[in-house]
Amino acid sequence: MSMVKRMSPPSAARTGVWVGIGAITMSFAAYTSAMVVRHGSIPEWQHFTLPPILYWNSLVLVASSVTLEVARRRIGGPFDRLGHSETLLATKSREWLSWYRITLALSFAFLVGQYLAWQRLASEGVYLATSPSSSFFYVLTALHALHLVGGLAALVYALRCLRSDDGPRPVNVLAAAALYWHFMAVLWIYLLVVLALWV
Amino acid sequence: MTMDSVSASITELPPATPHDHAPPESFLRKYVFSLDHKVIGKQYLGLGLIAVCTGMFLSWVMRYHLAFPDKAVPLIGWIAPTFAAGGVITPEFYLQLMTMHGTIMVFFVLTTAPFAGFGNFVLPIQVGAEDMAFPRFNMMSFWVTFVAFAVLVAAFFVPDGPPLSGWTAYAPLSAVGKSSGPGEGLGQTLWVIAIGIFCIGQLLGSLNFIATTLDLRAKGMTLARLPYSTWAWFITSMIGLIAFSVLLPACVLLLLDRVAGTSFFIPAGLVVSDAIQPHSGGSPLLWQHLFWFFGHPEVYIAIVPGFGIISTILPAVCRKPHLGPKVLIASQLAIAGLSYMVWGHHMFLSGMSPSSATLFSVPTLIITIPSAIITLLWLGTIYGSKLRLNTAALFCLGFVSVFVTGGLSGFFLSQPSIDTYLHGTYFVVGHFHFVMGVAAMFGIFAGTYFWFPKMFGRMMNETLGKWHFALTFIGVYATFMPMHWLGLEGNVRRYSSFPSDYMHGSLPLHRFITYSALFLGASQLIFLVNLIWSRFRGPVAPDNPWEATSLEWSTTSPPPFDNFGGVHPVVYHGPNEYGVSGPRGDYIMQTDPPVAAAPAATA
Ligand code: HEM
Ligand SMILES: [Cu+2]
Repeated sequence: MSMVKRMSPPSAARTGVWVGIGAITMSFAAYTSAMVVRHGSIPEWQHFTLPPILYWNSLVLVASSVTLEVARRRIGGPFDRLGHSETLLATKSREWLSWYRITLALSFAFLVGQYLAWQRLASEGVYLATSPSSSFFYVLTALHALHLVGGLAALVYALRCLRSDDGPRPVNVLAAAALYWHFMAVLWIYLLVVLALWV
Repeated sequence: MTMDSVSASITELPPATPHDHAPPESFLRKYVFSLDHKVIGKQYLGLGLIAVCTGMFLSWVMRYHLAFPDKAVPLIGWIAPTFAAGGVITPEFYLQLMTMHGTIMVFFVLTTAPFAGFGNFVLPIQVGAEDMAFPRFNMMSFWVTFVAFAVLVAAFFVPDGPPLSGWTAYAPLSAVGKSSGPGEGLGQTLWVIAIGIFCIGQLLGSLNFIATTLDLRAKGMTLARLPYSTWAWFITSMIGLIAFSVLLPACVLLLLDRVAGTSFFIPAGLVVSDAIQPHSGGSPLLWQHLFWFFGHPEVYIAIVPGFGIISTILPAVCRKPHLGPKVLIASQLAIAGLSYMVWGHHMFLSGMSPSSATLFSVPTLIITIPSAIITLLWLGTIYGSKLRLNTAALFCLGFVSVFVTGGLSGFFLSQPSIDTYLHGTYFVVGHFHFVMGVAAMFGIFAGTYFWFPKMFGRMMNETLGKWHFALTFIGVYATFMPMHWLGLEGNVRRYSSFPSDYMHGSLPLHRFITYSALFLGASQLIFLVNLIWSRFRGPVAPDNPWEATSLEWSTTSPPPFDNFGGVHPVVYHGPNEYGVSGPRGDYIMQTDPPVAAAPAATA
């Protein structure tokens, strides 16, 4: 009688990421609706212009999603309906690796860009506690960056699995990490629109 | 090991992979940082037990002071010399006790025990899994919750003590810091951090519950065949996922107001303790909206697991199928959905317009319909049954009673015009103690008497159990029923005493409540004795002492490390096969083979 517990099926990881996406969506909905309500009900709301670098950053983040998909296509398939795969066709060929590296580089570039945007605002005298609008700006961008760092960690972990493991597991880890990563890009676009309209 | 039912349905196991985990060897991995859902469930229940004892002790100090406002409270001057020198309870200290009582009870008892505690132990087994989907997250969930509790309790040991803003921590007083009262400095900061951490722990838990229910079910375990308790935990985790995802942002914003000088919840020109606050642009009402958007669903997080526990036990003790299983689940789903549309009924007095009040009042009235349907289904299940009146059954009946009592007072409170009078009074205290506090506790008790044999492999003592039930039942009615009268008389809540004003006449009733509360607390000693005695000396439990149908009863008591001893159960029946004639008697277990005539299956 074997007394080990087996690894959860890959579908659980997918469900897990989707549930996580649901929770994160809900919490950002809470922040942004709080902001919209505040904007509507106080006279002293101060608007400020977003640092233009944010728009470039958005392009960088979307690009990282694209390069990640390119890398994923080259890693191998065939993927089933859920994006799982039984085989790792191309891990040996390594041609995916440069795309993966570009993805990681772009995500670092995004984080650095966000930091520059903060510096820009700080140099204009706009800090966290300056006004309600600046408070929301810093909170939303900081929390998005925090969630993004989590996604970056997942991508790095997936890379480690891809290099060390031959079974179906790395592809499934990557599928989960990639799903989360794309969500981070979508979330950022949403936040950018909200920030552009209200802060 | 008797594995007859399981062995009838063995399937091929996939080969082991390097990612499978074997039972841990070291003490630390086995009992402390365990990945096993059964250990984690017990850890949650243990935390709940510590928390409920702490919370109850705090309530006795409050009750003693309410009944004897001029007397020093025994012992407390010695336990807390800085806050209550000589046993004298100041109004501020009373509020600190009340805040900690409410916070500990709502978060660390009513959320952890019925949901995270029993859910962790039972849900994976009931769906036929070997563990939760993400064991590491599961372990983190418990330890994060534990840290949250430690941070909260630490507030007792900081110079000004714990906060005094209540379990709802209304802004702006909770946001401006020290100047709004003792404990509103570091104590309140610790409170915010603790609750924020708690949210993370519960989010991790909900994630696991949902993924496990959706993806780790055994072969044949369709959604329609899920036991009612698993349905309830599943629904609770969906409520929790949304609710805690909103409370967490609220805590982050409140913390920033406190430590980073922002003004999310603090309006311009606010004067506190004769000092104008250096803030502008925030809204105290924003906190109330965020808090109650979480807060009302939270009350269902506390009670829906109880629904599931009762609905699982009732058919087993009534020996007949649960009435209307589909309606039961649909009603709980309706409650889950509606629970997000009613939060404003906690804010009728916040200055909202009468039309907004109506907008919240109507769904509040509507939400009583699914609650009433569930209650009727229980009564219909009990009606005309050959009830096996064991302790678990008694607590189920008690649950129905206190839930109806509390639900009825909610009906009054949901009308804005009546609530205007009752909002700030003991009527509300009576309402939520019945419907949330006591009902959820009865669910915990029923679950304990029911699942203890499975958890520890020993039976609890039924005689002690019945005494425990009888005294507890009398105790809760004697303690909380009179609070409705106090409320109708206009006795305000959150006041430390009423010695010399218009409420002077209520003192005898307050004394009666205090005596009842002490009596109620003392009756719990029977439970504690029973727990400890049965754990070590109780008669050895068979696999299926209650002749119940769900999967946890098809494995050993307690279950082996991988729950089913190396086999994969296959499910052929729903959980509701009671009052039938099968080879075992009047019930068919979920793993029994489909052909009724299976002579080998009767051991
Ligand atoms: C039967 C349907 C229910 C109705 C119509 C109802 C209605 C209400 C209303 C209108 C209030 C606000 C009273 C006030 O603050 O003035 C209230 C308070 C409360 N209810 Fe209910 N309720 C119901 C069920 C429940 C359940 C099932 C629970 C918990 C499991 C619960 C827990 C609470 C709590 C904790 C409070 C008070 C919170 C506080 O102010 O500290 N209620 N209820
Ligand atoms: Cu409510």
